[in-house]
Amino acid sequence: MVIKTEPFILNMGPQHPSTHGVFRMRVTLDGEVVVDLEPVIGYLHRGIEKMGENRTYTQIIPLTDRLDYVASMTNNFAYVLAVEKLAGIEIPERAEYLRIIMAETMRISSHLMAVGFFLNDLGAMMTPVLYMWREREKLLDLYEMVCGQRLTYNYMRIGGVSHDVPEEFLPALKKFVAEMPRFIDEYDQLLAQNEILLVRSKGVGILPREIAINTAASGPVLRASGVNWDIRKADPYSIYDRFDFEIPVGTVGDNYDRYWVRMQEMRQSVRILEQAMAQLPKGEICAKVPHLLRPPVGEVYGHIESPRGELGFYLVSDNSIAPYRFRIRPPTLINLTALKDMVVGWKVADLIITFGSIDVVMAEIDR
Amino acid sequence: VTTALNGEQVAKEITEVFPGAVVTADKATVVVTTKSLYQVAEFLKSTPALGFDYLTNLTAVDYVDYFEVVYHLVSLKHNHSLVLKTRCHDRDKPVVPSVVNLWRSADFQEREAYDLMGIIFDGHPNLKRLLLWEGFVGHPLRRDYL
Repeated sequence: MVIKTEPFILNMGPQHPSTHGVFRMRVTLDGEVVVDLEPVIGYLHRGIEKMGENRTYTQIIPLTDRLDYVASMTNNFAYVLAVEKLAGIEIPERAEYLRIIMAETMRISSHLMAVGFFLNDLGAMMTPVLYMWREREKLLDLYEMVCGQRLTYNYMRIGGVSHDVPEEFLPALKKFVAEMPRFIDEYDQLLAQNEILLVRSKGVGILPREIAINTAASGPVLRASGVNWDIRKADPYSIYDRFDFEIPVGTVGDNYDRYWVRMQEMRQSVRILEQAMAQLPKGEICAKVPHLLRPPVGEVYGHIESPRGELGFYLVSDNSIAPYRFRIRPPTLINLTALKDMVVGWKVADLIITFGSIDVVMAEIDR
Repeated sequence: VTTALNGEQVAKEITEVFPGAVVTADKATVVVTTKSLYQVAEFLKSTPALGFDYLTNLTAVDYVDYFEVVYHLVSLKHNHSLVLKTRCHDRDKPVVPSVVNLWRSADFQEREAYDLMGIIFDGHPNLKRLLLWEGFVGHPLRRDYL
């Protein structure tokens, strides 16, 4: 006798521990196998693009903190770079280096969260995350030293940064940089040689190279699929051309490769930090920029390699104190386009970890 | 470094294949008619020397007289970029052909432009609001929305 079966629709989220925020997936299932998936988003939409049109260029900086709150420094960085490109502002050397230090420590901090929560999604409840947080905590202490904040920093300014680093900052960072490679080795041993992690993530959630490019995936998701594309190398901004580092590239594009790329990127960030600290010059930290900046009429698209991918700002200026159009290119929203391709044919449990491997932050997707 | 292609140069190449498609071009951008947008986009993607395989950013701007839809294209192979634009003068029903068939990254971004700016992307397989809810009235990113 043939058993009559039919696919059914499962509503996952918006409130679900595995969705990393308020994210809903409309999943069509055949038994336990995913046959279709539609992401439903917008639960955290605050209209930041519209708000930006009514604020001065400087007032927008704190708004950018509220996009990808796990990596606020890089949001600040991308935005101020775009404005500086638009208005043609040169910034002091020391500020460039401080920005690089902040951006790379932020990358480590963000990847620690990503890797930790990836293990959480695999069922290793909280233990790996707490190890990652041990190191992330040190970075948050560093940020607190320079700007008094631990999550939404509002540290960068158009023309430089808001404060110089205090005396105790560099010794603390030096200590962190010296210790970090050993910690990464420790995690690698703990995690990458773990049977459960390997079985659950190798060969699962494969994103082929062509689809990754066609859906404009970026960041670790794109590189795990074997595309050597990192904006720090492909289109160097700020002073990234002065540092010696490598771009880790995956081979298959499965969940393990995405995890592996993030682990390797942390090592490369440590290398950049060592060089940046050695080269850090003395001097001014902020250029003289008018309080009410009026960039010339025109438009600019500035993009950087944020921990999650290509974070872009498209600004249109009409020579007033507020941008005429303020558009954010959110990396994770666009990375989500390929989610369906990655999960169809796999089971619900694999859907959870594949979604986790993209490393989303809902505040950035919904803006 | 990603080189930005000269818009005038690319416009010349486009005009050779599609006469009358280019509205205007300057150093950084090419503006084409909405009618020819899909063909031009296909041409930019499939011509080996241009090879724009990566649509990184798609957005719309409301200039009150017209809407401008902006495409930031990159070629990962040649490491060059181009800004392609098209303009719609009809405020009540701005229609632009969808490029989802060429670059799937346009999927969510076109839905977002429809949601917030009210641009209708003809040929999009699933054109519905992305960020706001189904019953929402109006398109908040338009200049006349208060």
